[in-house]
Amino acid sequence: MNTKKNIGVLGLLGLVIMIQLLTHWTGTQYYLTQLTMSAYYSLVILGLCVLMGYAGQISLGHAGFFAIGGYLAAALTTHDLTPYSNTLIIQVLNRCGLLIQGQDIYGDVLLYFNPWVSCILAISAAALTALVTGIPVLKLKGHYLAMATLGFGTIIYRIVLASAFFGEADGISDVPPFTLVSGIPGLPVIEVSGDFSGRVQNYYIAWSMVIAGTLLLLNLIDSRVGRALRSIHGSEETADAMGINTARYKLKTFILSAIFAAAAGVFLTHFNGGIGPSEAGIMKSVRYVAIVAVGGMANIWGALTMGVLLNFLSLRGIFGTYDDAVFGLILILIMLFAPEGILSIRIRQRLRNAFSSSTSEIRGGESS
Amino acid sequence: MITIQNLDSGYGKLRVLKGISMHVDAGEIVTIIGANGAGKTTLLNTIAGLVRPVNGKIIFNQQDLSLFKAHQIVALGCSLVPEGRQVFATMSVEENLVLGGHVCSKKHGRSTAAGELERQYALFPVLKERRGQLAGTLSGGEQQMLAMARALMARPTLIMMDEPSTGLAPLIVMEIFRIVQKMRDEGNTVLLVEQNARAALGIADRGYVLETGKIVLQGPAAELIEDGEVKRAYLGRDYETITDR
Ligand SMILES: Nc1ncnc2c1ncn2[C@@H]1O[C@H](COP(=O)(O)OP(=O)(O)O)[C@@H](O)[C@H]1O
Ligand SMILES: [Mg+2]
Repeated sequence: MNTKKNIGVLGLLGLVIMIQLLTHWTGTQYYLTQLTMSAYYSLVILGLCVLMGYAGQISLGHAGFFAIGGYLAAALTTHDLTPYSNTLIIQVLNRCGLLIQGQDIYGDVLLYFNPWVSCILAISAAALTALVTGIPVLKLKGHYLAMATLGFGTIIYRIVLASAFFGEADGISDVPPFTLVSGIPGLPVIEVSGDFSGRVQNYYIAWSMVIAGTLLLLNLIDSRVGRALRSIHGSEETADAMGINTARYKLKTFILSAIFAAAAGVFLTHFNGGIGPSEAGIMKSVRYVAIVAVGGMANIWGALTMGVLLNFLSLRGIFGTYDDAVFGLILILIMLFAPEGILSIRIRQRLRNAFSSSTSEIRGGESS
Repeated sequence: MITIQNLDSGYGKLRVLKGISMHVDAGEIVTIIGANGAGKTTLLNTIAGLVRPVNGKIIFNQQDLSLFKAHQIVALGCSLVPEGRQVFATMSVEENLVLGGHVCSKKHGRSTAAGELERQYALFPVLKERRGQLAGTLSGGEQQMLAMARALMARPTLIMMDEPSTGLAPLIVMEIFRIVQKMRDEGNTVLLVEQNARAALGIADRGYVLETGKIVLQGPAAELIEDGEVKRAYLGRDYETITDR
């Protein structure tokens, strides 16, 4: 199991490098942009895969967590703080080096949050939101949980669409690059940005995050935590009766998946240089769920493969104006193949349990 | 070990258990017999914290279990072997057992849990043979043994079993019940719920008869087995055909 896991991740690393070299040799570097974006979207899908496939909890609101990450990163690094520069808090923040200075076109000084600070604040906000909404919402099951998370996603969507702070229908643009490494001798400046010259660099930044995320989740699934999650998926009541704090595990997984989504939101927003309300939309959440489902639910590699593939095709414009419809169709097909649908992952599992135990009982009865 | 006083419990507005009082002493096998729908599962699930009691007290080692959540009750030393076994079908036998040791490995460390696993394999050799097999592919009797071993992995002092004999052939039932006796001999206290009254009373020290949520009869198992009412209602036609002919 352990070696299999390592080989898988090494294989992924090899593939990532190979694709980059291939685009280099064939002069098709323009693919790297979509591959970078697909990588970030796959991060959302990986987190959601653990929540849905392993812990058995659905979320139709994960675009909301992505948006919390992306929008806060964008807003905090683009809204000028100079009007508040004589307030105590801004002075303290500035003194601590948490703000950076810029200049507008007239040469006036502007003051923004350092992207590192906004990144941490944005991800923390998403985690906190997941904690606060998760406690009541995760008590619900099946389609009630789906409805509640759908409600959450709708609220976030309306907030970013309606508030001037988040740019209303226009979203936020001119988001500055996110400098990860600078001033280290021998190393170039490494930053998340859509800058043409940083295309290869950004491809590797995004895929490093995917590889790190995959490794983390594979290890999680393989541990005591992963076993507990799978037992919750099997039967929550029985897991409880085995001494597993199911409520706590579900909540932690929900928060973890929100962190994955928010981190993807932060990085993709710096890469794109902006974010718009469609990123927070319900169709995005549905798309994430559809991809996890089509990847085989409890299958990290499946989710990753489908996440990259479908997002890449979608970003290349293969689906044209039918883009959202394609993901709707995928969802319908999954529903057809699983009559109870995605909302009843737990029911399906239970039916399978019931079936396998009844058949084996017959066998047990015959053999004795 | 455990004392239940005036317990009322049920689901929403439906009151299933009405004023249950009973006790189990350390080292005993106590059985609760009753027909389908009498409330036996509700009683065990209420003790285990899966169903919230409406009224009354459940005192387990000086602690009121109604104040605890299900997973905490396991940690306190009271484990349930659920009705219908409920093994995790898509996990291996060993994974099911390790999962049962979740509480133990958290409380006493991994090595203690690993030692506990070996103890269960010694008690249930067939599980050791099938340690890598998916639990859903075991026979009914093997699944029952797995469910029992899984509950024991938490190192309980009181183990509650909900109809372990359901759906099993008579020979297998005898084997399961022999293991129950062995568990008691190794220091466990057992609360055994059964519809198979004859087999249960055969190994129990004392018994309670549950009818529509109330305890209607109680006493030493040897006395209950001779009780006319019990004979008529629970020991069934087999009993009559054997004795009355
Ligand atoms: N989850 C539930 N919700 C509502 N009613 C239930 C539930 N489980 C059991 N009951 C009802 O409670 C009563 C007792 O059931 P149960 O405790 O399962 O009996 P037994 O285990 O003795 O067969 C029955 O009338 C049953 O219909
Ligand atoms: Mg029952």
